[in-house]
Amino acid sequence: MGLNRTVSLSSALGYKGNGPMLTFILHRIGGVGMAVFLTVHILASFVGGQVGISLNAMYENWLFQIIVFFCVLFHAINGLRITILDLWPKLMVYEREAMWVEWAVFLPLYAFAVLVIVQTALQA
Amino acid sequence: MAAKPRILSVRGRGLNFEMLMWAFTRFTALAMYALILFSLIGALIMGARMNVNFADIMRWAFTPNVTHVQNSTLPDIDAWASAFWKSVATLMILAATSHGVHGLVVVADDYITGSSGRRTVRIISVAFMLFMMFAAIYVIWTS
Repeated sequence: MGLNRTVSLSSALGYKGNGPMLTFILHRIGGVGMAVFLTVHILASFVGGQVGISLNAMYENWLFQIIVFFCVLFHAINGLRITILDLWPKLMVYEREAMWVEWAVFLPLYAFAVLVIVQTALQA
Repeated sequence: MAAKPRILSVRGRGLNFEMLMWAFTRFTALAMYALILFSLIGALIMGARMNVNFADIMRWAFTPNVTHVQNSTLPDIDAWASAFWKSVATLMILAATSHGVHGLVVVADDYITGSSGRRTVRIISVAFMLFMMFAAIYVIWTS
C-alpha cells in the first residue's frame, strides 16, 4: 500500500500553519540536526586518529556551537511541552498558552547561551 | 464554548507497537531530562571548584564523558572518569540513541510510504542504532 499524496512541494512549503507548524518544523530540524551531529561526533571519537581529532575540533567552532545549541535547546524545550501535554491530555486545551511559555523559556536561555559563546569566541 | 477533550481509553486506542513507541519516546524524553539535570549538578560541582567554562559544563551535562572536559583546567580529572559517571553517560547514550533513531524512523515514514520501503528503513535503523550504541559505549568506557 502507500499513501496517496496530492500535495505538491510548493503548496506544502506555502502551508500557513503559523506557531504550531513552526514548532513542529523546528523540532524536526533540531532532531535530525542532532542525529547528524551525534552520529559524526560518536564515529569521529570511535575512529579516532587525525580524522577524528579534526572532526571533533570542528565542533569547537563558535558558529557550529550556536547552531548545535539551537537544535538541542529547542528540541528539549519543545519536547518537554509535547511530553507534558501528551501525558496530561486535559492540559491540551492550553496548547497555545503552552507555546507562549515555551518561547518565553527558550528565547532568554538561548540568548544567554549565544552571548556566552560569542564572548568566549571573542576572548580566544 | 468549553471544548470537551475527546480522549479514547487505552482499550479503545489499541495497544500496539506504535503506541508503545509513542509512549517510549515521551518517557525517554523525561529520562533524558533527569539525566541531564543530574549531570548538570555534577558539572556545577566541578565548575564551582575549578575554572570550568560554559562549553565544558554543557558538554558534561549532555553526556558526562571525561573527554568532554579534558581541555579544562581540572587538576583531578581522573576523579571524574569514574565508573559511576561512565554509567550515567551510558544510560544517556542508550536513551538518546533509541529516542533519536525512533525519531528518524518517524520522520522517514512521512516521506517513505510504501510498506517495503518502510521495512527497509526499519532494518537499517535498528542496525544503525545498535552500531551507534556499541561505538558510543566503547568510546565512553575506553576513554
